[in-house]
Amino acid sequence: MVATLRPKAGPARSYRFPEFQEDVLPNGIRLITAPVSKLPVVTVLVIVDAGSTNDPPGKEGVAALTAGTLLEGTTELDGAELAEKFEQLGTSVESGADWDSAFAKMTILGDRAEEATTLLGHVLSNPTFPEREVERLKGERLAEILQLESEPRGLADEKFSEFLYAPDSRYSRPDEGSTATVTGLSRSDVEAFYRARYRTELTTVIVVGDMSRANARALITKAFRDWPSGSAEDRRLVATPKTVKRSLHIVDKADAPQSELRVGHVGLPRKNPDFFPTLVMNAVLGGLFGSRINLNLREVHGYTYGASSYYDWRRGPGPFVVSTAVQSEVTAPALQEILNEIDRIRSDRITDEELSLARDYLDGVFPIRYETTGAIASALATLTIYDLSPDYYATYRENVRSVSVDAVLDAAQKHLHPDRLQTVVVGDAKAIREPVGELSLGDVQIHNA
Amino acid sequence: MRIPVETFRLDNGLFVTFSEDHTAPIVAVNLWYHVGSANEKAGRTGFAHLFEHMLFQGSAHVGSNEHFELIQRAGGTLNGSTWLERTNYFETVPSNELALVLWLEADRMGELLPAMTQEKLDTQRDVVKNERRWAVDNQPYGTMLEKMQELVFPASHPFQHSLIGSMDDLSAASLDDIAQFFATYYTPDNAVLSIAGDFDAAEARRMVTEYFGPIPRGKGRPSLPSMSLPPVFGDRLREVVYDDVSLPRLFMAFRSPVFGSDGYYAASVAGAVLGMRKGSRLQRALVRERQIAADAGAFTFDLAKGADLLVADVTARPEIPVAQLEEEVEREVDLMHREGISKAELGRAIALIETDLVASLQSAGERADRLSMFATYFGQPDLINDQLGRYRAVTVDDVNEFASSQLGENNRASLLYLPRESVESETLLAAAAGAT
Repeated sequence: MVATLRPKAGPARSYRFPEFQEDVLPNGIRLITAPVSKLPVVTVLVIVDAGSTNDPPGKEGVAALTAGTLLEGTTELDGAELAEKFEQLGTSVESGADWDSAFAKMTILGDRAEEATTLLGHVLSNPTFPEREVERLKGERLAEILQLESEPRGLADEKFSEFLYAPDSRYSRPDEGSTATVTGLSRSDVEAFYRARYRTELTTVIVVGDMSRANARALITKAFRDWPSGSAEDRRLVATPKTVKRSLHIVDKADAPQSELRVGHVGLPRKNPDFFPTLVMNAVLGGLFGSRINLNLREVHGYTYGASSYYDWRRGPGPFVVSTAVQSEVTAPALQEILNEIDRIRSDRITDEELSLARDYLDGVFPIRYETTGAIASALATLTIYDLSPDYYATYRENVRSVSVDAVLDAAQKHLHPDRLQTVVVGDAKAIREPVGELSLGDVQIHNA
Repeated sequence: MRIPVETFRLDNGLFVTFSEDHTAPIVAVNLWYHVGSANEKAGRTGFAHLFEHMLFQGSAHVGSNEHFELIQRAGGTLNGSTWLERTNYFETVPSNELALVLWLEADRMGELLPAMTQEKLDTQRDVVKNERRWAVDNQPYGTMLEKMQELVFPASHPFQHSLIGSMDDLSAASLDDIAQFFATYYTPDNAVLSIAGDFDAAEARRMVTEYFGPIPRGKGRPSLPSMSLPPVFGDRLREVVYDDVSLPRLFMAFRSPVFGSDGYYAASVAGAVLGMRKGSRLQRALVRERQIAADAGAFTFDLAKGADLLVADVTARPEIPVAQLEEEVEREVDLMHREGISKAELGRAIALIETDLVASLQSAGERADRLSMFATYFGQPDLINDQLGRYRAVTVDDVNEFASSQLGENNRASLLYLPRESVESETLLAAAAGAT
């Protein structure tokens, strides 16, 4: 006979987010160091304010292409030789750009960190962007776009953005560029973008792991001494919605066994005074396994393997979206359940049990999120990219705990907009057109995949 | 670098491993049951995985879905997964919640059946069917695992059938099946419990004994048909799948030594030389230099019985004819088969593997999972500390020996995905060829 009494929690041990320090190097680069010595591992993360929202119009994708080509050659070494050098040291540098920043990241064993970091600083400061490699990476991006056409999840995400934002918003187009814009990019576009934005005052280097502050500072100062000085203005971001009326877009995929669903609207920027109430509200709505939307669609109805909602946090107002894939036959009832849940969280207060589930989870899971040097470095990058307060992590749990039932209702009423919902269904149009058309989701448009 | 490892066994056969680390107030609990899709009987493909879902549907003292809720309320993360040879369940929680996790795991190991109902089974059957649609049927290349199993294992072999299962077999699963499977495989003597992170060993041992001790030992598991396989396929295997994909993609598998053997480490290093990161042969030659591939990699299945598989995975660039894709991959494999690798390639591969290994052990969940794995497959959780050494001991000769004996034409299985529209042109080509 197994013990029938549920054990109670013991006294909690205290936890502090790893101590970090911010510094400005003589040439203007910001340095953030967090010594963590659990294992002999170091993560170096370089972030530059050179994300996709700074793509010039007509050159969408240049930020991503620039970041992707950073490690493809210097005056002394070509891309293959560089890859070989890093990999002989047991690491490889991942580089890329998202909406808000460009990054280069590597994790390496402590005793090889100095050599690899010196090399990294040199390479990032002296890229030659060889024509051949720029063209190759363009080709790989074009292949990726083609792959997306047969990949329902990615396709649904991309179409959702396209139907959500006004055509002149950078957010309406893929962050890594479309076939037309990528095809038009050249080596000189990449070089010009690099010269404009890879500047000391737009750059932060983060070093986390088994390395002392003094060593990190000396190492980064030397490795990044050639980084071009100066700053640059941010391009103005347009993030207006395409429409403020509901509308429904069916992207036809004949005979698809499932419908990929995206339902949502333009959300709010990462840095906003309602961040914590909105975070907790979304956890209850669709952020947790035990959230209303997942329990409803998965555990009550068996419509799906999983359903969730999230705010895609960006500097500008990213999307709020409910995302799931359901069996084709139940597309309409599943959409109706999603609409009901959005209405319900706006009309009635959540229960104390729901509030405590979300709060206790977000509070309790906090230390589990920062077990690795890579995760800590990413968390520190978030502070810089979104210009959050240095005590953001020190006060995070307290901020989560102070959210009330009323604050959640308020966040739901202010930041969920049922009247503006845009719905995208990637699925079998002939099977779902009619039942879905009967829901009040707005005008229906059918598109080819 | 050594991870501390402590083990003991309860009277009912439950094998327990501990690894303390007090750097953060976090503890990971991980259970491996030595049962996977290989143990399914005929007509019940997908059952081990469906059963995994049922373990989250409550037990004698835990309500439906309460397992998830209690762990999340405690501030923890959790999940389970099913593989050919095992099923695992795992939680990472704040360390003051260890007792709750152990109690929950013990309740479902001891008394799952009182909570099982037809309605719950029907709902989870629908969830799993939707998982199949999502991950397999409506996903480009999503059938790779089941097509590969079918291609490379003989019909009678326990690894030959689909892990996610067929829709028909999922429909046929009954509550009787649940009861039988539970009694046969979900017993303490067929499980390993690992705890890693911030806990007190004496206190944890007391709790494990209290919660798991009363659960009766099982009656032994039915023996599987022979798992053993010849070291090579013996022939060239090839299957073409026309699917809803945009780009041709070739998975080329080689039968290789079982996980944990000396030969496995040589094969694993060979795989890294072939496909790990930008400096690997396939990346360098096919993606960078010749630009015929959009992406390339290699991986092992890590099977501990019979034989393992090493798989090269190459996706074509849009304009590349599929015959060229196959030829160029074959050429790279031929080259390694005939001429072996260099000392520098060996060094690169081992250095990358070392960093990945050490970095992954930062996570308590990862440590607990590996302890369970080595305990389940070999009865020796402390093998976790031998991995770096095993990889470092691999020589150029070891890799060349593997390449020479197992990358030859008699040991290649090609699973080739082609866009569905290309069926027509291939048929026309075949017709044209026949006409001449």
